[in-house]
Amino acid sequence: MSEAHDDHHGAPKGIGRWFFTTNHKDIGTLYLWFSFAMLMIGGAMAMVIRAELFQPGLQLVDPNFFNSMTTMHGLIMVFGAIMPAFVGLANWLIPMMIGAPDMAMPRMNNWSFWILPFAGTMLVGTLFMEGGAPNFGWTFYAPLSTTYGPASTEFFIFAVHLLGFSSIMGSINIIATILNMRAPGMTLMKMPLFVWTWLITAFLLIAVMPVLAGAVTMMLTDRNFGTSFFNAAGGGDPVLFQHVFWFFGHPEVYIMILPAFGIVSQIIPTFSRKKLFGYSSMVYATASIAILSFVVWAHHMYTVGMPVAAELFFMYATVLISVPTGVKVFNWICTMWRGSMTFESPMMWALAFVILFTLGGFTGLMLGVTPVDTQYHDTYFVVAHFHYVLVTGALFAIIAAVYYWLPKWTGNMVDEKLAAWHFWLSIISVNVLFFPMHFLGLAGMPRRIPDYALQFTEFNQIASIGGFVFGLSQLLFFYILVKTIKGGEKATDKVWDEPEGLEWTIPSPAPYHTFATAPEVK
Amino acid sequence: MNDIDKKNMKLAKKLAFVALGMFGFGFALVPLYDVFCDITGLNGKTSNSVATIQPMEVNKDRLITVRFVATVNSDLPWKFEPLQKTMRVHPGEINQVSYVAKNITSTDTNGQAVPSVSPGQAALFFDKTECFCFSKQLLKAGQEKEMPVHFVIRPGLPEDISNVVLSYTFFNSDSAT
Repeated sequence: MSEAHDDHHGAPKGIGRWFFTTNHKDIGTLYLWFSFAMLMIGGAMAMVIRAELFQPGLQLVDPNFFNSMTTMHGLIMVFGAIMPAFVGLANWLIPMMIGAPDMAMPRMNNWSFWILPFAGTMLVGTLFMEGGAPNFGWTFYAPLSTTYGPASTEFFIFAVHLLGFSSIMGSINIIATILNMRAPGMTLMKMPLFVWTWLITAFLLIAVMPVLAGAVTMMLTDRNFGTSFFNAAGGGDPVLFQHVFWFFGHPEVYIMILPAFGIVSQIIPTFSRKKLFGYSSMVYATASIAILSFVVWAHHMYTVGMPVAAELFFMYATVLISVPTGVKVFNWICTMWRGSMTFESPMMWALAFVILFTLGGFTGLMLGVTPVDTQYHDTYFVVAHFHYVLVTGALFAIIAAVYYWLPKWTGNMVDEKLAAWHFWLSIISVNVLFFPMHFLGLAGMPRRIPDYALQFTEFNQIASIGGFVFGLSQLLFFYILVKTIKGGEKATDKVWDEPEGLEWTIPSPAPYHTFATAPEVK
Repeated sequence: MNDIDKKNMKLAKKLAFVALGMFGFGFALVPLYDVFCDITGLNGKTSNSVATIQPMEVNKDRLITVRFVATVNSDLPWKFEPLQKTMRVHPGEINQVSYVAKNITSTDTNGQAVPSVSPGQAALFFDKTECFCFSKQLLKAGQEKEMPVHFVIRPGLPEDISNVVLSYTFFNSDSAT
């Protein structure tokens, strides 16, 4: 992106295009397809889990394999599906939204992506290794993971290192792009919300991914090089693991939701035909959430035996985060108030996000209250909470983003009838799947168990049916994606009714190189 | 390299440095955790090294009930229990209690005892002047040994605490490092 040059060559031909590309659009596409593949793999594992849990007793898989399924499902969805999807959206959209020709470091961008298939293959490959795949939960607490983890644990550790390295490089790229390459006239407070939320998310990633790398390195040396970070016999402490892990882990979940907030903040104004309400408060709220996310980690550890004073601190900080989050929810609602609304597919997913993510946030508040968390901790209530915020939250926002920007990427409009089927099948089945889990948890069903007490049978059956329908509905999504890429009603530059943003000033499909000369931003 | 590229490289280097620093911070959390526990007395982290104590006044008006708990880690094939389950003590006076451990196998083993005091606020005021937890203990095959602890509860112990638990867990220090 040094000199603007006249190139009408478009995209190169052949498979080399995909291996050697430094083009942000190509790399975005690679990330998105990778993440979809991981969504299917992680989803298949969820189907195994729900099939086993359909009835009490052990029918289909042995307990160790079940534990591997729950572990791998979590790891693959977090590190393979959700995070790469958001990075893919960042790659496609950020340069176009700020009027830049590409990302700051296009070659590092290529490497950031291509690490992922290797890390993902290694991680999934642990299923075929002797001793089986990791089976200690995606949170891999010591000493279960250090002392009793299978031989494949070292590959898990290596995969986590690679995934973290990719995220860190990607974040460096995103920050440099946003801070240095905005078109003249685009001040920070004129940036689209998706760019803002990614800027903040990238800082979070650089701060906490290295701490995760430290945790798995300590695991590696405890297992192989005679250290005792987490081994009481040698003077260490298992609770140390939890502190280090959740110091990463809590900001990680905000990393997985902040870009979703940005997406929804761009979709809702378009289909309400009204500017986003309270732009600057949205920016400050996002920054507040990010800063607060550093001081709440021990709310995942209320039952380890912390002193009351510490538990109170973390409780107050945790409920405090709901304030800026609430500001955002109210602002989305105020944006719609007295707007002129239509309900195309992106808007449906965005609305579902607002309602269902808020629901998940409420159960998060409940979990944040220390004395009652003693009842909820390690039950299905927690499982319900995080699936609401991650599936109906992050995943629905990603789907909304894809429906919203797909016409810009492909030049074709989505078949709205099919998209409506995808939406309604998904939203009904996802609630059938996860809502009963609240009651299962309150009634005392623990997490991470392949067999359960008889009284939990009916709700588990309902959840499993919801799970099967939800999984199948995503195959419809795949069909819609392929159909739209191949053809459809032609999209205009604007695609929607007067949307805001530089990406709507270029043709659909977006040319291979855009904004070779910077646009003027008033 | 043009201006934008130079600016990008500069910023990228700074950010990479931050990432490296946070990696170091992760490891720094280990001593920091211990420092935090030391300063605040949280985690019931009573020390496993000898305490030097000033002569102090014995508070004959106050009695604290100290309970003694013994646990053996599954890797250590020993029997381990306190000789008495409770003791009532005055703050400021030095007391002695003994535990007894027996190696019930036919191999010599080394063990390391790790102490813990509950409630956490009491740990700050619980000093040991002699303890089998200060060093590794070797028990030959079949050997039984009486292991004394000399302790004192300092008079500053908060008024609302009248029960303290001293707990030891014995680990196999041959397999640990």
